Amino acid sequence: MKKLLTICIMAMLCTLAFGSIAQSAEWKAESPISLVVCYTPGGATDFQARIVSMPAGNEDYFGQPMVVLNKPGAGGMTGWNWTIERGSKDGLTVASYNMPHLAAQSIVQKSAKFTVDSFEPIANWGADPAVLIVPMDSPYKTVDDLVAFAKANPGKVTLNGAGLYVGHHIAMLQLEKAADIKLTYIPEKGGTDAFQSVYSGKVICGFNNLADAWRNQSRLRILAIADNQRHDFLPDVPTFKELGYDIDDTSVNYRGFCLPKGVSQEVIDAYAKIVPAMFNDKMVISKMKESGSPLRVMNREEAIALFKAQEAKLKVLLAK
Amino acid sequence: MEMLSYFGDIFTFQNLLILLLGSIGGIFFGAMPGLSPTMAVALLVPFTFYMDAASGLLLLGAVYTSAVAGGAITAILINIPGAPASIATMFDGAPMAKQGRGQQALYVAFFGSLIGGLVGVIALLFFTPPLAALAMEFGPAELFWVTVFGITVIAGLSGGMLIKGLFGGILGMLISCIGESPMLGEPRFVVHDVFISGIAIVPALIGLFAIPQILTLVEEVNITATKTKYSPQPGVLGKTIKMFLKWPKTVALGSILGTIIGIIPGAGGQVAGLISYDQVKKTSKNPQCFGEGNPEGVAASEVANSSTVGAAMIPLLTLGIPGSPTAAVLLGGLLIHGLFPGPDLFDPNKYANVTYTFIGGMFLAQFFMCGIGFFFSRYSHSIMNISNLMMAGAVTVLAVFGTYCVSNSVDDVVIMFLLGLGMYIGSKFGFPSAPVVLGIILGPIAEENFLRGKLIAETDVGVFNYFFTGNMNIVLIALCVFSIGWGLYSEIKAWRKSKADCVIA
Repeated sequence: MKKLLTICIMAMLCTLAFGSIAQSAEWKAESPISLVVCYTPGGATDFQARIVSMPAGNEDYFGQPMVVLNKPGAGGMTGWNWTIERGSKDGLTVASYNMPHLAAQSIVQKSAKFTVDSFEPIANWGADPAVLIVPMDSPYKTVDDLVAFAKANPGKVTLNGAGLYVGHHIAMLQLEKAADIKLTYIPEKGGTDAFQSVYSGKVICGFNNLADAWRNQSRLRILAIADNQRHDFLPDVPTFKELGYDIDDTSVNYRGFCLPKGVSQEVIDAYAKIVPAMFNDKMVISKMKESGSPLRVMNREEAIALFKAQEAKLKVLLAK
Repeated sequence: MEMLSYFGDIFTFQNLLILLLGSIGGIFFGAMPGLSPTMAVALLVPFTFYMDAASGLLLLGAVYTSAVAGGAITAILINIPGAPASIATMFDGAPMAKQGRGQQALYVAFFGSLIGGLVGVIALLFFTPPLAALAMEFGPAELFWVTVFGITVIAGLSGGMLIKGLFGGILGMLISCIGESPMLGEPRFVVHDVFISGIAIVPALIGLFAIPQILTLVEEVNITATKTKYSPQPGVLGKTIKMFLKWPKTVALGSILGTIIGIIPGAGGQVAGLISYDQVKKTSKNPQCFGEGNPEGVAASEVANSSTVGAAMIPLLTLGIPGSPTAAVLLGGLLIHGLFPGPDLFDPNKYANVTYTFIGGMFLAQFFMCGIGFFFSRYSHSIMNISNLMMAGAVTVLAVFGTYCVSNSVDDVVIMFLLGLGMYIGSKFGFPSAPVVLGIILGPIAEENFLRGKLIAETDVGVFNYFFTGNMNIVLIALCVFSIGWGLYSEIKAWRKSKADCVIA
């Protein structure tokens, strides 16, 4: 018995030693990984998270499947709170993030248990800019028309979006500031609900996801994109900047994976290596493309920079 | 009729196998409390990656259809709604099972689902453009009135205890306020962190119905020494069909209400089942028989909730706006194959073959669902013969399992038990569960749409004009008034008739 134990310990020590010498493929997931999605099943984030996590079971990546765990509520806060407070810190719990939402809620919401620094960004898979849409028969043909009307009638312009302190809400706050106008923001339950209200003329205009607007461009007019550059999907739609409104990419809905603070460096390194490769998997790229979901893969360094930049900008915008 | 030419594609071995497996799986999902149709479809969407578009959609459609109907099994046999849509099925289904007519109740439920489902799919096939346009009419004001119409149902669900029912309804609405307010994000009643995301419908549903049920079963444990043995009855199918022939009004009312509620984004099968049950009861000659084990009540609920399935696809396929939460998940199944809702789906040069194969498959799925349902129903006696003690244990396991499944959270399980315990005490004082659940389901829809409507109205025509003008609003208000008026009238009438007059077929 004792002998067996000695052999075991020796074996373990050897593995450790070789592991540190080889310095590669150190941490390996030993059981399925839980991927926390902070929105309901069927939403854009859930849908895309399920696509990008599909290849996780391949030996090239984690060798273990990722299981989506939906923790919806309070605009995503419930899921992020849960990840920080209750999620395991052994690398077997990873959360999906939605960038302006996570930072904005950590700034605005009193019951948020996290700040941007509570997470270790791993990699980004998608970016969905907000676009300003009006119904097909709307009298407003350009952003200027709309702004002129809003200037003359403060608060009379109803603008909707997918909820409170999500990208669309941020874009609306930026537009108010850039054009010096007062709008009435109508938070809806989700992107498709918001889209319906615009389409049927219940509100005057709305900010919605570029991908959804692109899929429905025959049924509505897209006035401008709230991003730094034009988008491949809609090459003819100008950015707000081109039109003279100072609106940058703060409201772009970035989606990716993050780990809760407290996981070991080996785990972070392993994720930082595997996840971007997984997002660039052929299957992921083709499925994202077919479904009209804009892909923008970033590695860990870029994702960290993104988190920092977004938080700083949002702190300024949401001050008051 | 070129659309019919696509239907031939369904009859391949692979597609029929998918329909069969999807229907069996869907019924199982529907029957498990907590595993809702929405979750079933969400879990399956990734599987359809590896299938061709038509087969993938057939699978999702079959699962959706059967999951909505499968909820009736648990609703009838163990008095817990397997899915939110089957709440109203319990009111008469569970008493029927208690009287040893569980098999009959299930046959009625599945046959009703078949008819309702077919109506929904036929609406999808032939009336898509006008119904999609109708769906777009529903804005915040209209949705608010639809919800109020739903709330008028409370009077009918209180079983003669109107005041207690109304009290329960208000309590339910207050419970639904817990968590972040939808329009301002202000926390309400958040006495502990677990309440920040509010009380989810499924844990509340399971708690309010299952826990009092379990405790009642335990109360009766001692007196089960001589339990009757139920055995399968012959000739139930023929009897069921004969019954339906006697209920043309119930079938028409249920399927029309179900179809209209199905196309409205924001109101789903649960609302359809409850409203239909209530309206059928109100317009019945013998309203006092409902709730005592009247198969007509089971039919009213099941016809309506199944007809929402096809109808929910109407705004989804034409406009990309899902008519129900499950349809929202199905949207993912469309997108993943590059099928974008809109005219392209009906264009013969583009995706019409996929779309019509899918719709045809939905049509066929109704028959698969009904057949498999009948098959399971034949073994329902084996559940009815289980002793109360075993039943209490099994239901507890199901309740905990189902609640945990919703968001993998033990907090939900605790909330479920607390609500259930409260309801058990309430039921001792004669408070019915159904109005509380109705409040929890409808409260948030009413609040959100009222506030959203108010925000919009204040920038424009004013709150009064916004909610009280427009044809659709006036029609809906008239329906509410009619529903309340008729409810009072039939309540008075019911007092005059005694329950002994019930002729239960």
